[in-house]
Amino acid sequence: MTDVMSPSLTPIPDESGKRSLVARYASLPAWARWATAAAIGVFVLSAVQTFGGDDTTVLTEPGTSGAMLRFSVPILLAALGGLFAERAGVVNIGLEGMMILGTWFGAWGTVNFGSPWAGVICGFVGGALGGLLHAVATVSFGVDHIISGVAINILAPGLMRFMSDQMTIKTNARLDAGNEPAFPFKWQGGSITQSPRAGGLPKIDVPFLAGGKLPGSDERTYNLFGEIDSANIFFVSDIAGIFEGFLNQLSMFTVLAFLLVPISGWVLWKTALGLRIRICGERPEAGESLGVNIYLHKYIGVIMSGGMAGLAGAFITMELSNVYREGQTTGRGFIGLAALIFGNWRPVGLMLGSLLFGYPFVLALRDNTGLGTHSLLLVIAIALLATLAWSIQRQNRNDAIIAGVLASAVLLWWGFSDAAPDWLPNAMPYVTVLLVLIFMSQRLRMPAADGQIYRKGS
Amino acid sequence: MNDSLMKRLVLGAGAPVAAVAFAVGLSSIVLLLSGSNPFSAYGDMIENASRLETFVDILNEATPLYISAVAAAIGFRMNLFNIGVEGQYLLAAFFAAAAGGYFAGLPPVLHVSLILIVAMFVGAFWAGLAGALKVTRGINEVISTIMLNFIAVGGIIAWLIREWADDTGATNSGTTPIDESGQMPSLNGIVEIFTREISKGRELTSVLLIAIIVGVAYHLFINRTRVGFDFRASGFNPLAARAGGVPPKRMVMYAMLISGACAGLVGMAEVLTERYKYDQSFIQGLGFNGIAVALLGRNNPAGIAIGALLFGFLNQSSGILQITGSATPEIVEIMKGIIVLSAVIAYEAVSRIKERDEAKSAAEATERQAPAEPEEVLA
Repeated sequence: MTDVMSPSLTPIPDESGKRSLVARYASLPAWARWATAAAIGVFVLSAVQTFGGDDTTVLTEPGTSGAMLRFSVPILLAALGGLFAERAGVVNIGLEGMMILGTWFGAWGTVNFGSPWAGVICGFVGGALGGLLHAVATVSFGVDHIISGVAINILAPGLMRFMSDQMTIKTNARLDAGNEPAFPFKWQGGSITQSPRAGGLPKIDVPFLAGGKLPGSDERTYNLFGEIDSANIFFVSDIAGIFEGFLNQLSMFTVLAFLLVPISGWVLWKTALGLRIRICGERPEAGESLGVNIYLHKYIGVIMSGGMAGLAGAFITMELSNVYREGQTTGRGFIGLAALIFGNWRPVGLMLGSLLFGYPFVLALRDNTGLGTHSLLLVIAIALLATLAWSIQRQNRNDAIIAGVLASAVLLWWGFSDAAPDWLPNAMPYVTVLLVLIFMSQRLRMPAADGQIYRKGS
Repeated sequence: MNDSLMKRLVLGAGAPVAAVAFAVGLSSIVLLLSGSNPFSAYGDMIENASRLETFVDILNEATPLYISAVAAAIGFRMNLFNIGVEGQYLLAAFFAAAAGGYFAGLPPVLHVSLILIVAMFVGAFWAGLAGALKVTRGINEVISTIMLNFIAVGGIIAWLIREWADDTGATNSGTTPIDESGQMPSLNGIVEIFTREISKGRELTSVLLIAIIVGVAYHLFINRTRVGFDFRASGFNPLAARAGGVPPKRMVMYAMLISGACAGLVGMAEVLTERYKYDQSFIQGLGFNGIAVALLGRNNPAGIAIGALLFGFLNQSSGILQITGSATPEIVEIMKGIIVLSAVIAYEAVSRIKERDEAKSAAEATERQAPAEPEEVLA
């Protein structure tokens, strides 16, 4: 497989006589290229924050990076869901709907079984049921993948609204009769649009690195990253602050989600099952001639996909808002797909994509003054200028013109305003996705048979 | 021969009927499980719908849904998924209402035309953006239109509605109300010629006429024009269409622009005959429901009309169920979802049966012919 990946936000500092540097970068293994890209991204962020003139530390403070980790998880899980489905050759636009199933089932499981772990499992199962539906429609009946996905997105909110309504009615009936609500109707305090409180998995501070406590002891251990962060060294402290945020109040759910990245990679690329799933997405006819049960493996891929989307939904409910609420997913299923595209249908890449797309969600929440988003404009301008340089070097005139025009516009906006208007942070996640896709979409390689309807014996 | 015609008719009508029957069956099971009597629920729904006032309500609900579904169907016809009708119609309605409120005192026809033109232009622009991103940058239109939805609603409208608000202090602030010259009359007078007087302040929206024009234009465009033929061709087989001289990129742009212009009209019932402005409680969700209706009606102008009426009927039913208490009103939401999903599957299942039958009859025909020839020679 040819690897044509190249993170678009990687600035090439100087295009004259540095070809060997570019070549050397391109020959690095994927994880190292992505790590370099991320480090350069942080460098730009901290440089802008320090020298950009806005009185804000919101861009790189530990709270932001911790929140970024948490807000990227739903996108990450949705993207992993997309990975399983699309590697099996089925486009899953229904991720958003399956995520909605996950939000409700996550809350319901947590409340009714009294354990967040049950919520995690229920969220997975709820989403997987949505995946099963998608598989029945697309694989067995050959319905167009996008049409089936859209139909699931329409069905899911109505279904969950109905279920909440049933929960509320039955719970209140028991309460009115003087009885304690019992399984499966422990919905007291909930309503048709909202569940009772559903807390998340336990959180830890990692010992030694972020000053967490050791099991069985009350003393806080050494806070390595915290110390470096308070030393206030340019860039180094910012990096340390980011890691401190990652490791502080770290939810087990977040750990689980990020563990699923290497696990998914291992399953899909190192096991026989994964090979069979991937052949469904590349050359199903070839797979069938080798005796692979294509339908079965497409089913596995799509059901796994739904399960991951369900986990994404459960995460939103349990970790981000501690309650199920209607309309909670706000398009993050689709952003997951964008992260999947950004990552060129690969696990490590889509993880970076979700961190990138999770970031503006956090700023929207934490940046009350608009100063952080104002600084972000400069970051975007720098990224666009880097893309401009990169395009010139590759002699891609169209890319260069678009990047140049956009960069100048953003720079002007940054220069002529003091703070970002308050609507901008809310729109920023979606703008970021579009900006990134503008420069990414064209040089990627999706699974060859992705989105095609396969019929046995064809 | 007669037999196969019969079969074709049954198969053609079969898919939607089977889908609705399946949805009713499944909803009945859900109703029984939730402890309600499905027959009394359906009885209430039908009795309610037979009232003239409810019928007016259903038409009022079906009107924007129909336009929205046609907007989606234009794209679907060539496998282009404009999921962004939602954002396009909201943005269009916002700018159209703002323009209508700003240009007060125009002559009536001019005023209404101005509002309609602004709406179509804004809708086309917003959809065209997604089209341009697809054509020039290869961005999948599903993702870009969804992102543009959020940018339109959470960004542009949220920003400008406060800048342009008539009364910033009000809890439900919105654009300046459109004065009478920019309002369209109700159709009550025409309906009342044939029926009794419509009571309870119900007014049949005259945007219904616009919806009918849109439907007829869509039919003529798709079935009677060159570009419409190219649309269908590139939806059916893009490679063959390209070989036949249909430029795929230009087709994508046309489809997005026309679809967006149509989407711009979705909010007009609300702007021209109901609310006369765009405010915080402007009706949302018509875009996604319209997609459902388009799927239900199989992108066919008449089918979409039936689908829109069905959705209007279901929406109206949720109110009566709430009043009579014979079932939870939320059952309606489930019925909508199930009908769409089962219709989509049923259409596909039927087309597979048809394909198989055709293959079978073709095989039979060749078999019949092959031995027949030597016999003739012998005779």
